[in-house]
Amino acid sequence: MEIKAKGYLSPLSEEAKTSLWVYLKEWMCTTDAKRIGVLYLLFATFMALWGGLLSVIIRLELAQHGPDIITDASFYNALPGMHATAMIFFFIIPAFTGVANFVVPIQIGAPDMAFPKLNLAAFWILPPGALLTFAGFFMNSLPEFGWTAYPPLSNSVYTPIWGADFWVVGLILVGVSSTLGAVNFLATVFNMRCKGMKMFQLPLFTWAMTVTSFLILAATPVLTSALIMLTFERMFPGVFYFFNPAGGGDPILYQHLFWFYSHPAVYIMILPGFGMVSEVIQVFSRKHIFGYVLMVWSMIAIAVLGFLVWAHHMFATGIALNVRVGFMFLTMLIAVPTGIKIFSWLATIWGGSIKFDTPMLYATGFLAMFTIGGLSGVVVASVPVDIQLHDTYYVVAHIHYVLVAGSLMTAFAGVYFWFPKITGRFYNETLGKIHFWLTAIFINVTFFIQHWLGMKGMPRRYYDYDPAFEMANLISSVGSVVLFLAQFIFIANMLYSWRKGKVAEGNAWGDGFTLEWQITSPPDHHNFHHPPYWKPIIRQHVAADQPGGVWHRNGD
Amino acid sequence: MATQDASLAADPMIGEESLGVTNGKIGMWTFLVMDAMTFAGLLAGYARLRWTPGSEWPLPIEAFGFTGIQLTALNTFILICSSVSMVHVLAEQMRGNMDRAKKWMLATIIGGLLFLGIQGFEWTHLILDMWPYLFDEGYEAAYSVNFAATFFILTGFHGLHVSVGVIYNVIIYLGLKSGKISKDDTSVVEIAGLYWHFVDLVWILVFTFVYLI
Repeated sequence: MEIKAKGYLSPLSEEAKTSLWVYLKEWMCTTDAKRIGVLYLLFATFMALWGGLLSVIIRLELAQHGPDIITDASFYNALPGMHATAMIFFFIIPAFTGVANFVVPIQIGAPDMAFPKLNLAAFWILPPGALLTFAGFFMNSLPEFGWTAYPPLSNSVYTPIWGADFWVVGLILVGVSSTLGAVNFLATVFNMRCKGMKMFQLPLFTWAMTVTSFLILAATPVLTSALIMLTFERMFPGVFYFFNPAGGGDPILYQHLFWFYSHPAVYIMILPGFGMVSEVIQVFSRKHIFGYVLMVWSMIAIAVLGFLVWAHHMFATGIALNVRVGFMFLTMLIAVPTGIKIFSWLATIWGGSIKFDTPMLYATGFLAMFTIGGLSGVVVASVPVDIQLHDTYYVVAHIHYVLVAGSLMTAFAGVYFWFPKITGRFYNETLGKIHFWLTAIFINVTFFIQHWLGMKGMPRRYYDYDPAFEMANLISSVGSVVLFLAQFIFIANMLYSWRKGKVAEGNAWGDGFTLEWQITSPPDHHNFHHPPYWKPIIRQHVAADQPGGVWHRNGD
Repeated sequence: MATQDASLAADPMIGEESLGVTNGKIGMWTFLVMDAMTFAGLLAGYARLRWTPGSEWPLPIEAFGFTGIQLTALNTFILICSSVSMVHVLAEQMRGNMDRAKKWMLATIIGGLLFLGIQGFEWTHLILDMWPYLFDEGYEAAYSVNFAATFFILTGFHGLHVSVGVIYNVIIYLGLKSGKISKDDTSVVEIAGLYWHFVDLVWILVFTFVYLI
């Protein structure tokens, strides 16, 4: 079959124009960051459906009390952990990496990433990693220790199955993949910027990826070290007792190492989203971001504080009270830079000439709902309250407001925003809006009531519950099913628009000012025909009497 | 919004090396940060297990049998020497003495191999003679089993790094020999040197923690 495409999508060789097989091979072995970005996005979409499906099975089981669709309680036990692993390690983090692979080199005026081959290697570590992680499904030996894998539950005495070993090794591979990616992003951003672009001239999405890469670089290896120790403890029982108290080990040690990664990991999962929302809000408010420098510094502050708060996940483990109070204080401090960001976004929208296209809907929806997640975060950061709410559905509600109403919605904002750049075509706006409203409404239907469930005392991860919780659980389950089904609108929209959508210009939204909007849609190979030159944006307030309160436009 | 002048400016340097160093060097530095954090995690684990109340940690000087810490001290000396010879590789290359650079590279590789050989000897002795409980359940550990466990994890993970470093150095040596790495490609040797010095530096930490304290 003949393949017609333009820009980086087009076949590279004459052979590939006629043979689908050769064309696919060109994609699989590409070193072009844009193509690798698309591969990441496809992989992430697939894993999102997989993880979403698992969550729907969980919710269907919980729709009524008593065993319903799952007869095997230990299968149910494994599901929350598998759902979380799929969503965190194989959906959100790769999805952001995918968009960043596409956008970051262009935003800084570079032809490609610093290490193109390493980039490809980092991507191809992921699919085998996913196969290993979920191997338990094929072998009927699913680990039942959640995504946290706390020993001694996860050691070879309580979980003596191969599925658990594969799961641990799969996670080590994912860690390797994301650290390789981080090395690549840092080298690219530090060293491949075009002439005239200083660090404090970087677009905010690029800044977000830089800060995130530092987080990955410093946090992920610590999880790897914990998983290496766990693997040895599992493989050589009786010889290694790092975490098993029976041989002098310390299970709390694992929790410290685990959360030293996994707390910063929540910022790895939201900072790129912050960056995306910053770009979207600027373009759709037709104003430059309010307080650019403060936005950058607050991201750095969030990252630094992110490393100092891991023990707030361990308030209920019996660590010393004064340690808990210290971590409570630091945790609450994170609300300050986050608040700065929220108010900066609001101030950017304020007085702007706003267009409510789908990306902007997602960005503003994120602002509203992430605030709820942030506030419930302050609630559980408080030691006495956390002791009560620990391991209840309140925590489930909090994490989902942060990651679904936060990361997922920002990812949608970013994908809709850059879709014309990636494919050269517009998505269908009506379908996009329907998708937004269904998603936004049913996120709340699904998760808001879980706050109530948690405060009433329903524990998380349980197969069955008190009949008193039935109505609330039913509402949550219905919400989750609709939420899941609504995502097929997005997929249909993307698939259809990829081929048939309205053709987009280079500056698809008309108001994009960062470098990616100065080149064709989709971009050509190596992005720029001539090396670009960055003219610094003048960020200043306008006089109050200027019509519409629009900010100063440089170059107009 | 501000428009960008996305054209012109035909400076060949644009698009790379905004910091004036190669991508490779930044890549290696960031990789080493990552690696340092992995070692930090393992060392934190060591510290926690050793200083847990009630852990029966032996004095290292008494726990290694006849290889003692003297052999490892010698091994440390060898590794430091190989770092010195690595410095000479770069120095000679910069002066254009490629033959001498090759010889120093060979010395570095031999240093690495010697280190691995001695470590292998030490491991064999420890596994077979000193810690019989590792293989035979009939024996009991004379003290906290975590002493041996952290020993194997830390020295093993470092040994893996030395092995990778030796292979890396062999590749550099072959490049020097075939002329693929010329006297102007100093950054290639410099980056390999960064890795090798890092491995050396980490060993000093590991040696201090596992053997000396």
